[in-house]
Amino acid sequence: MLNVLAAFTIAFSAGGEGGNRPSPAAPPGMFRAVAIRFGMGKLFREALVRSPYRFAFAGVAAAVLLATGCSSSSSSGSSGSSVNWANETSVSAGGGMSALVAAAKKEGTLNVIALPPTWANYGTIINTFEKKYGINVNSTLPDGTSQQEVDAVKQENGSPKAPDVVDIGLSIALANTKLFAPYEVSTWSDIPAAQKDPSGLWYEDYGGYMAIGYEAKFGTITSLSQLLTPKFKGAVALNGNPTAANAALNGVMLANLAEGGTPSDISKGVAFFHQLKQVGNFNPVSATGATIKAGSTPVVFDWDYLNLSSYVGVPGWKVFVPSGVALGGYYAQAINKNAPHPAAARLWEEFLYSQASTGGQNLWLQGGARPVEEQAMTSAGTIDSSAASKLPSVSGTPVFLSESQSSAAATYLATNWAKAVG
Amino acid sequence: MTVAATTKTGVRPSWAGRRPPAPAWVGTVPFLAYVAVFLLWPTGIVVVNALKNPDGAWAFSNFSELGNPLIRGYFIGSFKLCLLSSVAGAVLGAILAYAVASGDPDGLIRRLYLSVSGVLAQFGGVTLAFAFLVTIGPVGLLFHAGWYFDFPWGIGLIYTYFQIPLMVLVFLPAIDGLKVQWREASENLGSSSWQYWRYVGGPLLAPAFLGGALLLFANALSAFATIQAWENQIAYIVPQQISTAMSSEVGLASVNEASLLALGLVIMVAIVMTVYVLLQRRAARWLR
Repeated sequence: MLNVLAAFTIAFSAGGEGGNRPSPAAPPGMFRAVAIRFGMGKLFREALVRSPYRFAFAGVAAAVLLATGCSSSSSSGSSGSSVNWANETSVSAGGGMSALVAAAKKEGTLNVIALPPTWANYGTIINTFEKKYGINVNSTLPDGTSQQEVDAVKQENGSPKAPDVVDIGLSIALANTKLFAPYEVSTWSDIPAAQKDPSGLWYEDYGGYMAIGYEAKFGTITSLSQLLTPKFKGAVALNGNPTAANAALNGVMLANLAEGGTPSDISKGVAFFHQLKQVGNFNPVSATGATIKAGSTPVVFDWDYLNLSSYVGVPGWKVFVPSGVALGGYYAQAINKNAPHPAAARLWEEFLYSQASTGGQNLWLQGGARPVEEQAMTSAGTIDSSAASKLPSVSGTPVFLSESQSSAAATYLATNWAKAVG
Repeated sequence: MTVAATTKTGVRPSWAGRRPPAPAWVGTVPFLAYVAVFLLWPTGIVVVNALKNPDGAWAFSNFSELGNPLIRGYFIGSFKLCLLSSVAGAVLGAILAYAVASGDPDGLIRRLYLSVSGVLAQFGGVTLAFAFLVTIGPVGLLFHAGWYFDFPWGIGLIYTYFQIPLMVLVFLPAIDGLKVQWREASENLGSSSWQYWRYVGGPLLAPAFLGGALLLFANALSAFATIQAWENQIAYIVPQQISTAMSSEVGLASVNEASLLALGLVIMVAIVMTVYVLLQRRAARWLR
């Protein structure tokens, strides 16, 4: 927008004075710059003005508008002859699994958002679901954040493209419960009570523990303080800005707990990163698969399921978890209460919480993420034990940040993070 | 046959019998509509959101947040980066444009320079930042520049990579406009090269130079993808903090803060534009 503002202002000032200016070149120069900015617009304008088919253009545009208008009005209420799945809170209440599958197939489509195909095995999960039920999964904004998922639910409310289901961080889930429909999957009782909303508005799905992944060339890391030594110059990175990304906030919290801090006071973690910055070991590039492969972020604080060597794809990639620090974090599932495909949304949840060998719980596990029903599956023997044995081991009592601890950390970071590492 | 079409003065207007010509302002309607839809309307939304609290009530006290040292820091960061990259880009770009202009006007070198500049002026974002990262970053192929992650020097260097070509494109027509006869005339009057640039060339080019520098400033002000790929664990400039305020998943998201920051940018552009107009008036004094 500011580009536009500046370009227009320049166009005005250049155009206004151009008439009596002896240097004829300057105004065209300015206009050329403006033209560069609006190059695309010009193309489109020409298409509209010059094309002999411009009326056809208008006709097509109008037809498209009409069609989308019609489809959005016809899609609601198309599911099920008698059962309205948007109001059903469990599969049995709606008439059983076969009724749900039939209704979902009739809808034919499921809209998901912010599910990176390489994250927690989502690529395979989506493919398996599509093949199993013949439902087309429409995946948008794969690298979006939890907040962007919620924004999409709000902004596209009522549209056939609105997300049916979301996979979001717990704090975002808690802040937006009014957007969700209550639903209890068939395996509801296998989800630990602390990890679900009693009325079924949200339920945690998969998660992991914070860990430090690093390249083999650094040898073996045994304590956090080693990261302050010169061989780690410019090496240590987080996954994002801790005032924005949950994984990065937990990365700072991991350092905080290892340095003897408490979950409700993150200041020791910030102090550790300040030290890292001072000795020149802090790397401000946000770690992604690409930066790790390129070797530009050789040490990364991140969730353990994003730190597996199979996920990272770097030979010899190792993982270090400070002893006694088990900082966990789970994402949560929720169904959009105005989902355009209410039956498909519920079928998706049933699939994700299925303990079958090709169900969502084991597929997450194969992606290195710990499924929320892990304990129940271990005792029932339904867990994929070879995938489970590949998870990094953690010691100590697991710590999960509560809502108030997480917001206290965010507030502290908002005022102190930039000062500490900027 | 009929006199109905005559006017009071008895002269038939040339459009008699046809539709009267549309008034002159009709031609500006598409432009004004464009400005209204893509400039005024979004600006209005930003201003309104900036002055409301999350509950939707008016909160004019939000304005005082712009004085908050933390918020002020983002604006100072933006200003530093834009100033550095636009001054460096404008000076180096102008010199390069002069070098190109003094060559053969139809030569291969010139055409090559222009097309390469046209491409590089639009080269930015993740690709550019990544190219620098693997060249002179911490594990760079060429060498490791210790100041690579220092703000604003490292990112300023990356920005000049697209600022210089943009300046060449914008400034070259102005240099082409310098007539060789002016130089000959001043030399005939006994001026030195320095005197020619001080009293003839410089004043002629000054308005175009300032205009180009301002364009570069605005270009840097709104750039976001490049710096975000350079580093995004700390917010140094306003667009980065707007992104944090829009997308924070740790509970710091606030559309109102984002709008306030955007409003701050609008104010910043207004201030820069005012300074530009004053400078331009001074630089173009000899025109009047």
